[in-house]
Amino acid sequence: MTVATPRDLEPGLQPSGWLRYFSFSLDHKVIGLQYLVCGFFFYLVGGLLAGAIRTELATPLSDFMPRDTYNEVLTLHGTVMIFLWIVPVVNGAFGNYLIPFYVGARDMAFPRLNAVAFWMIPPAGLLLISSYFLAGAAAQSGWTAYPPLSLTTPAAGQVVWILSVLLLGGSSIFGAVNFIATILKLRRPGLKMMQLPMYCWAMLGTSLLVVLSTPVLAGVLILLSFDIIAHTGFFNPALGGNVVVYQHLFWFYSHPAVYIMVLPAFGLVSEILPVHARKPLFGYTTMVYSIMAIVFLGLIVWAHHMFTSGTPPWMRLFFTIATSFIAVPTGIKFFNWLATLWGGKIALNSAMLFSCGFILNFVFGGITGITLAQVPFDIHVHDTYYVVGHFHYIVYGGTVFVIFASLYHWYPKFTGRLLNEDLGRLHFLLTFIGFNLCFLPQHWLGLNGMPRRVAEYDPTFTTLNQVSSVGALIMAISTLPLLINVVVTALNGKPAGDNPWNALTPEWLTSSPPPVENWKGAAPLVTEPYGYGQTEAQEAAR
Amino acid sequence: MPIRTVITALLATTALVLAGLWVGQGVNLLPLAASSNAPTYDALFRVLFSIGTTLFLGIVIVLGYSLVRFRRRSGDSGDGVALEGNLLLEIVWTAIPAVVILFVGIYSYDIYERMGGMVPLMDHAAMDHMAVDHMAMDHAAVATPQKRIWGGIGPAASAPSATSRLPTLPVDVTAMQFAFIFHYPEGDITSGELHVPVGQPVELRMSALDVIHAFWVPQFRLKQDVIPGQPTVLSFTATRAGTYPVICAELCGPYHGGMRTSVVVHEPDDYQAWLQQNSPATTA
Repeated sequence: MTVATPRDLEPGLQPSGWLRYFSFSLDHKVIGLQYLVCGFFFYLVGGLLAGAIRTELATPLSDFMPRDTYNEVLTLHGTVMIFLWIVPVVNGAFGNYLIPFYVGARDMAFPRLNAVAFWMIPPAGLLLISSYFLAGAAAQSGWTAYPPLSLTTPAAGQVVWILSVLLLGGSSIFGAVNFIATILKLRRPGLKMMQLPMYCWAMLGTSLLVVLSTPVLAGVLILLSFDIIAHTGFFNPALGGNVVVYQHLFWFYSHPAVYIMVLPAFGLVSEILPVHARKPLFGYTTMVYSIMAIVFLGLIVWAHHMFTSGTPPWMRLFFTIATSFIAVPTGIKFFNWLATLWGGKIALNSAMLFSCGFILNFVFGGITGITLAQVPFDIHVHDTYYVVGHFHYIVYGGTVFVIFASLYHWYPKFTGRLLNEDLGRLHFLLTFIGFNLCFLPQHWLGLNGMPRRVAEYDPTFTTLNQVSSVGALIMAISTLPLLINVVVTALNGKPAGDNPWNALTPEWLTSSPPPVENWKGAAPLVTEPYGYGQTEAQEAAR
Repeated sequence: MPIRTVITALLATTALVLAGLWVGQGVNLLPLAASSNAPTYDALFRVLFSIGTTLFLGIVIVLGYSLVRFRRRSGDSGDGVALEGNLLLEIVWTAIPAVVILFVGIYSYDIYERMGGMVPLMDHAAMDHMAVDHMAMDHAAVATPQKRIWGGIGPAASAPSATSRLPTLPVDVTAMQFAFIFHYPEGDITSGELHVPVGQPVELRMSALDVIHAFWVPQFRLKQDVIPGQPTVLSFTATRAGTYPVICAELCGPYHGGMRTSVVVHEPDDYQAWLQQNSPATTA
């Protein structure tokens, strides 16, 4: 199968230079960077909202902002961080940039659909944010939008929220269809599935989850909007509706959503560790199987979010067992990463530091996750700050750390320049300290009686909340070295050469930044993307 | 495998497990335990905390050791060992989490059953009522509508009630934005605070008027959502006199954080006195 390059598709219509990043470009590399920069903008927005939450919680009284504004802020914070920062960046940005290289193609399978998927995101994001200013009030019912609360809070904001999430979900589905088609159908002749870099497997698994579960979220949100606009009674108990059914349908998407945020990060780390440890990825085959096991198990664990809702005992038990078993394939992946590092020649650069930070944070979040899976344990800590601490260790300590590691690793590919290592290490140090200071104390707060989503709390919890707020402040400061680094390097950074890390994966076997058609000649056939140490082994044998 | 490696590995594992037990059993992160269910919960917590600490420490040590021992020396641009996998190791580290999970799962199931989590949920009061009806007149019982209970914790089989033989104290709980209202069918008392005696099993029959709320007492280690249109129950036996917070744990609107009240656990005599004082029959 031959693929037309973007240039062939649109002769003369593709702008060049910096303007193409603001155009309906069909080049997968441009689209990838569009996702990345757009996502980072929304990360700053979500971070400001988080700062507002931590400022409110610096004192036990609700004294920083009005109470309904606080609920709007926490709803927007969750929605922005999940749907506009983590999901688009870890899937859309790195997926679009890397997958065509990894399968040996010149672009994604459906370049036009790809551009459409990206250009749904900025309007959806602006719509969501604007609801705070235009509709009178943004949604106030949390990112979970449980009815009947979401039916009784101001309707306009909630409907705009639904519309925005529907657009973002649609964008995510378009992206997933494209990834599945590209990975399965656009592989260079001679390249077998089991020779693909691990990120391809992670994206294949993630995309399957997106395609299987996101339509359910779309369905339930459309029903919810009927309840709000047309006063139907699907989830309105006053009209005979059932509020728990909403929770089942919502979590059927939103638990897999955790894996939609985490599996691509697993894939990216699997690319970064071998390069900077100079060792093959340990246990490739088991890594592939464990990704697929996580995909399957991820679809049958949703009700562990509902252990205190109206669920019958047998259901609580089933979901405890299914959830606990996710620890097995996840554990396999972590042991394999440790084995990849063992016996390597590890460069402790920014990419490696963030990857190791990811391992530590995610293992911690995984262990608290196992405790939460146990029904009797969860009945005490459900909907408390213990849960807030847990999932931030997964999505921030896990995925966002990997996004930063990936930025340091692939920035030379994007721009041809190396990010400054001193600023990078400072960025890591501030992020790691700030993050742990912010979220570790929250576990204790939850165990001892602080529920989540509150603007006020018992004064005995003041000290630890202030520690947490100081941590948040350090996290905010930690973005400064990153921003300075990215801007200064882009203008005046150290030239990286084509392959600064001596990596073996195919995206490095071309110039940096790559030409529009990815490789000047034919796409290289890379059957051993992790073949580190083989030349030494051959020389020793000689 | 050389014998020295085996011995080192065994010693290191033992030290790790001991460290995990020391932290997990010794460090208390939980609030006061004030219900018959709380000590069982705390035992589960200590087991999970010990296992978690052991695993986390193990991974931190392996990661830290690798970063120091296998760091790249300056001027070395070579590769590490070309080692792509090891079947035995894969089997070992598939088995370790699987065994841990199996143990934790069975143990927490046992705890959950002791808490009363596996008791089939029905309206027990309605059931008792039906039994009485049965003896009185057989045909009328069929007509008694049985209210469906949608979720919660039933009366525990091993609760102290079995030995003390005290009858279950029913309390109707109504949650609304932004308060809990407690109603005592015996005595017809309505109160904004929950008052219960030490040692007597209590059954909260909960319903919500507007949105979803959740009833949580951290010192009891218990929580249950209060759901509009779907009655739920929560059974517990308080074991320690005192005043503890009742907290709404489900986002329910702007004043969610302020939706708090207290549960006052009395000695049985004090509880009777409270009943007498507040019963409309005596005050009238």
